[in-house]
Amino acid sequence: MISYALRRGLGAIPTLLVIITLAFFMMRLAPGGPFDTQRHLPAEIERNVAAAYDLDKPVYQQYFIYLGRLAHGDLGPSYKSKDFTVGQLIADGLPVSATLGLSAMILALVFGVALGVTAALHQNDAADHGIMSVAMFGITIPNFVTAPLLTLLFGVYGLRIFGADISLPVAGWNGGAFRNMILPVTVLALPQIAIIARLVRGSMVEVLHSNYVRTARAKGLPSHRIVTRHALRAALLPLVSYLGPAIAQIVTGSLIVEQIFQLPGIGRYFVLAALDRDYTLVMGVVITYAAFIIFLNLLADLLYAVLDPRVSYRT
Amino acid sequence: MIMTDIGANSANLMLRAQNVQGRSLWVDAWRRLLKNRAAVLSMIILCVIAVMAVLAPWLSQYAYDYQDYAVTSCAPNWWNDPGVCNAGGTHWFGTDSLGRDLFVRVLYGARVSLAVGLVATMVSLLIGVAYGATAGYLGGRFDAVMMRLVDVLYSLPFIFFVIILMVVFHRNFYLLFVAIGAVEWLTMARIVRGQTLSIKQKEFIEAARAAGLGSLGIIRRHVIPNVLGPVIVYVTLTIPAVILSESFLSFLGLGIADPLTSWGVLIADGTAQMENCPWLLVFPCAFMTATLFCFNFIGDGLRDALDPKDR
Repeated sequence: MISYALRRGLGAIPTLLVIITLAFFMMRLAPGGPFDTQRHLPAEIERNVAAAYDLDKPVYQQYFIYLGRLAHGDLGPSYKSKDFTVGQLIADGLPVSATLGLSAMILALVFGVALGVTAALHQNDAADHGIMSVAMFGITIPNFVTAPLLTLLFGVYGLRIFGADISLPVAGWNGGAFRNMILPVTVLALPQIAIIARLVRGSMVEVLHSNYVRTARAKGLPSHRIVTRHALRAALLPLVSYLGPAIAQIVTGSLIVEQIFQLPGIGRYFVLAALDRDYTLVMGVVITYAAFIIFLNLLADLLYAVLDPRVSYRT
Repeated sequence: MIMTDIGANSANLMLRAQNVQGRSLWVDAWRRLLKNRAAVLSMIILCVIAVMAVLAPWLSQYAYDYQDYAVTSCAPNWWNDPGVCNAGGTHWFGTDSLGRDLFVRVLYGARVSLAVGLVATMVSLLIGVAYGATAGYLGGRFDAVMMRLVDVLYSLPFIFFVIILMVVFHRNFYLLFVAIGAVEWLTMARIVRGQTLSIKQKEFIEAARAAGLGSLGIIRRHVIPNVLGPVIVYVTLTIPAVILSESFLSFLGLGIADPLTSWGVLIADGTAQMENCPWLLVFPCAFMTATLFCFNFIGDGLRDALDPKDR
């Protein structure tokens, strides 16, 4: 088991290296440097600036310098926010983004599994059809539509509909206050709730029709025990293998959500840096995200291997 | 007497058999699709939106970038809110903060979004089918290496690379099409590869080969028609995914640039002004959501229609 985990962990390193390399060379392909401004600086100053950021060296040398620094955990200085290193900016934003993403993930898992199981237990009933139609909405409507519409409902019109107390803050992090987190986390979790509910319903229906569940019923076990002890375990396996893509989607969604709700996470830095052509910051955020996604994927893989007795550790 | 009766009957039957036309898989599938009400309704709505998008310049008296400073940020005529200004009878969806007609801009947004959807899907189709078919047809070690590469690419956060591309090449309109298409081909390659692999070993291929049909003939007559079903279903599901990606980028300000517009840009504008001008948010959202729903329903309908299990 441990050697299996180690091997999978080592296997993630080339992926990360590919990402870093791709991101680095794509950034260097860009026409126009990060210090091109309207003002024309004297050539000497431009040369000094370039030298300070190693931009005067050949690209392959810059690449190895970057890799060498990265190995020491140094993501370099931010080109645009002069007084900060990329590491500092990411350290500022990461807790916000991580809190947001993990809360959304937990919310999605709890509600998605509950709804999916409910639908499966009432297969082809009104409850099933109701849940699945709502899930269709959740899957189809993108979060940059749900976010403003929910804001409009609960933030702007919330005053008129519910009275002043219930309206929610529509922007800002406020140190991670619960009220500020409700809308962004909900928006982030909604599509995942829908997808997970569909997934769980499908596998649960299949499991409920399987022979061993029928055997359990024939033995006279109470229904709730069959569901929680026998069926749910097998039905949740496909969900574990969906965790990887779900993480990637939540990360992508957080770009939008942090933008709309003006949260100081790394997604917002990423978009601002991309618009601003702050190369080092963009790369730093991409690498952070990639490392995060790869690590969580690895965790999901290992979880799957532990839960499913059919997986052999040799492969 | 009895003999002649039987004779006439069988002649009758034979005549009828000659008149009966064989129903191909596609005719069958098309009939099943037409029975699916949600899919038919979706096709109608989608056609209306597409025709309106194509005819956009002739449907409104305003150009998409014409600015009428007399009516900036004005609500449509029928918007019952005395607090905001009225854009008058000819601006059906109201106007934006620069006095541009929202109706014509939503239709131009539809043009861009649908065009991106079609072109990028074509790009993904080309790459995916070529890659998947090659891997499936060659099989063995080639297949293993090629599909392993797809696995690696799957775990990359791809939208970030599209964003980097858009930053590097400064929001190039055509590049956007290709970049999104180049991201969406992975699943297509997997589907085609799996299908090719399983069809390759079917008896009817062997029979065709025994009957003397060449490789090209087998691929054209037997492999492609059998791969086509799942591919068509996946294409209808890729189009909304692509439209979504483009709107996502445009929403962040990394896609289509002003004065040209797309639904993502319009929704971003609407979000910025939703407290005072909610119509700027509502109409683009409605059009985009309707389109996404239509594609999803058609995709589901096609899947049911083409799936031989349900017969």
